[in-house]
Amino acid sequence: MSKAKFKNPVVKWIDHRLPIFSFMDHELNHYPTPKNLNYFWNFGSLAGIALVTMIITGIVLSMNYTAHVDYAFDSVERIMRDVNHGWLIRYIHMNGASFFFIVVYIHIFRGLYYGSYKAPRELLWILGVLILLLMMATAFMGYVLPWGQMSFWGATVITNLFSAIPLVGESIVTWLWGGFSVDNSTLNRFFSLHFVLPFVIVGVVILHLVALHRFGSNNPIGIDVKGTQDTLPFNPYYTIKDLFGLGVFLTIFAAAVFFFPNFMGHPDNYIEANPMVTPAHIVPEWYFLPFYAILRAIPDKLGGVLFMFGSIAVLFVIPWLDRSSVRSSQFRPIFKIFFWILLADCVLLGYLGAMPAEGIYVILSRIATAYYFFHFLILFPLLPYIEKTKPLPISISEPVLSGSSPASAFAFREKK
Amino acid sequence: MNAKPYWFKIKRFIIQSCTILSLFFSSQICFAAGEKITYPKLDWSFSGITGTFDRASQQRGLQVYKEVCAGCHGMRLLAYRNLKAIGYNDDEIKAFASENSVNTLNDDGEVVEREARPSDKFVSPYPNEQAARVANGGAYPPDLSLIVKARSDGANYLHALLTGYVDAPDEQKIPDGMYYNKYYPGKLIGMPQPLYEDGVEYADGTKATADQMAKDVTAFLAWAAEPEMEDRKRLGISVILFLLVLTILSYLAMKQIWAPIKNR
Repeated sequence: MSKAKFKNPVVKWIDHRLPIFSFMDHELNHYPTPKNLNYFWNFGSLAGIALVTMIITGIVLSMNYTAHVDYAFDSVERIMRDVNHGWLIRYIHMNGASFFFIVVYIHIFRGLYYGSYKAPRELLWILGVLILLLMMATAFMGYVLPWGQMSFWGATVITNLFSAIPLVGESIVTWLWGGFSVDNSTLNRFFSLHFVLPFVIVGVVILHLVALHRFGSNNPIGIDVKGTQDTLPFNPYYTIKDLFGLGVFLTIFAAAVFFFPNFMGHPDNYIEANPMVTPAHIVPEWYFLPFYAILRAIPDKLGGVLFMFGSIAVLFVIPWLDRSSVRSSQFRPIFKIFFWILLADCVLLGYLGAMPAEGIYVILSRIATAYYFFHFLILFPLLPYIEKTKPLPISISEPVLSGSSPASAFAFREKK
Repeated sequence: MNAKPYWFKIKRFIIQSCTILSLFFSSQICFAAGEKITYPKLDWSFSGITGTFDRASQQRGLQVYKEVCAGCHGMRLLAYRNLKAIGYNDDEIKAFASENSVNTLNDDGEVVEREARPSDKFVSPYPNEQAARVANGGAYPPDLSLIVKARSDGANYLHALLTGYVDAPDEQKIPDGMYYNKYYPGKLIGMPQPLYEDGVEYADGTKATADQMAKDVTAFLAWAAEPEMEDRKRLGISVILFLLVLTILSYLAMKQIWAPIKNR
């Protein structure tokens, strides 16, 4: 523990008793990181920064927010109009949610493309899916707080899903609402949970990082680090690369916050919630649209709910569904094509979620939903039996194949 | 390695099919919506990343609001003091506020009326929604504080709606208390045509055509919905310039730090 040498006597004194400086030196400074990471590896740290931004702005907003059906809408408008720079804090928080999801979705697809979920990183992946689930719950409840029309009706539609559960469904919905409709007690508990869940996310993020640092990052060619020649110390190589990535991210984020703050929102949410008036189309926030499309694709209510939750549940088990030991798509020609099809399928589902559930959209939603599950449940386990993977390099620092052939790559696979 | 062009072809094929599919779907939107209402797109002074409000237009808009709209529509989120932002001084605001009265309690605990002060919110024309509905044949004139943000493409929509009263086609039946407006969803609206030529007499001598009044009141309402807009855009430009410098510097630093690794 005391490998690090500190000159400052105070630091030395503390570190001898509480080795936090050694810990930071080890995990943030010397931490060996594959030297071939591309820019897709920036999104993990960006997600962390987005989470911290959301928590800080959220705490400030909560100081000015009133969780009551009669005052919530006006208290948000007071933040926008009368609190010093309240509009800035609120627009950062509001757009921050969208950008957090953009970053996390890219992070997830990066993991899918480079096989980052495979052994020995299964738990790292599962913790990540858990974070996604917690984020979705938090974002959903946060969207209810301004108490606009979409807040109210979104909450009504989504909480009503639980009524599809046989026997106890209705009771569960009443229990969730704290009454017989979405009302003040619903708003209060959503505020309470929206405040506390981000700290639960922080806890799971810490576990995610502990699991990450156990074996270190995966890398674009997906083979294990063979020695120090394959790695670089995290600082300064990846601290500076993350800073550059952060600069690009913040520039785009600032453009949205300052110039198009309501682009990703729905105009109806600037109309105060009115239980007597239903909006023409109730649509969730964009980051839920693919799941909403799956929900509506199934003609049966309970079936829709099961498929929607199933679409996330399946992510928990993909480390075991994908039977190939080759991680990176770079060496899996067929898997790579299907990766892009999956991405297009998810974008299509997102589009369909925004469209009315009628005519061609329903048929397309069903096809897209079927593909989503086909991809994970059938393609993942069966593909390795058909696919001929490309030869793997010997190591990260020797990406040129020296005498290795497709056959030897197979031999490598068998050995594992 | 010679397989590369083959994968490029596949990738290009996927990208192309995605493009074609998305074009197909976007054309579908128009069909699905049936008769999609399009409004004229106006060139607003406040659009674009450097757009600012036109003070003279806003002040005329306030006059239109006060003389035409305020009979039915409230603006409860706005305070009289906020009018300073569109160029009125304290005395003008005080005088403007004092034309309205609000309820308050006197020392004996009785409800009495007093003149509104600059710190008061705009006084709404009706005490509650029920009263507003009764007075308007069941229709509820919405509060206008956020109307430009609460409608998609709000400014263009509002201008179109205010100038969209035309003669109804013969086959269209107009129920009692409803009016025909070609830009309103469903075409039948509970609000009678509010703006007529010379409906107000502008203090600055501008000719009060219906179109001019619609533009002015929209400019006023756009500000009311987003009073922070000018500050926001101004700050945004500084923030983005700062971030660009930071990003470029960190890029150069990154290149320098990585140079020995890349050139090895």
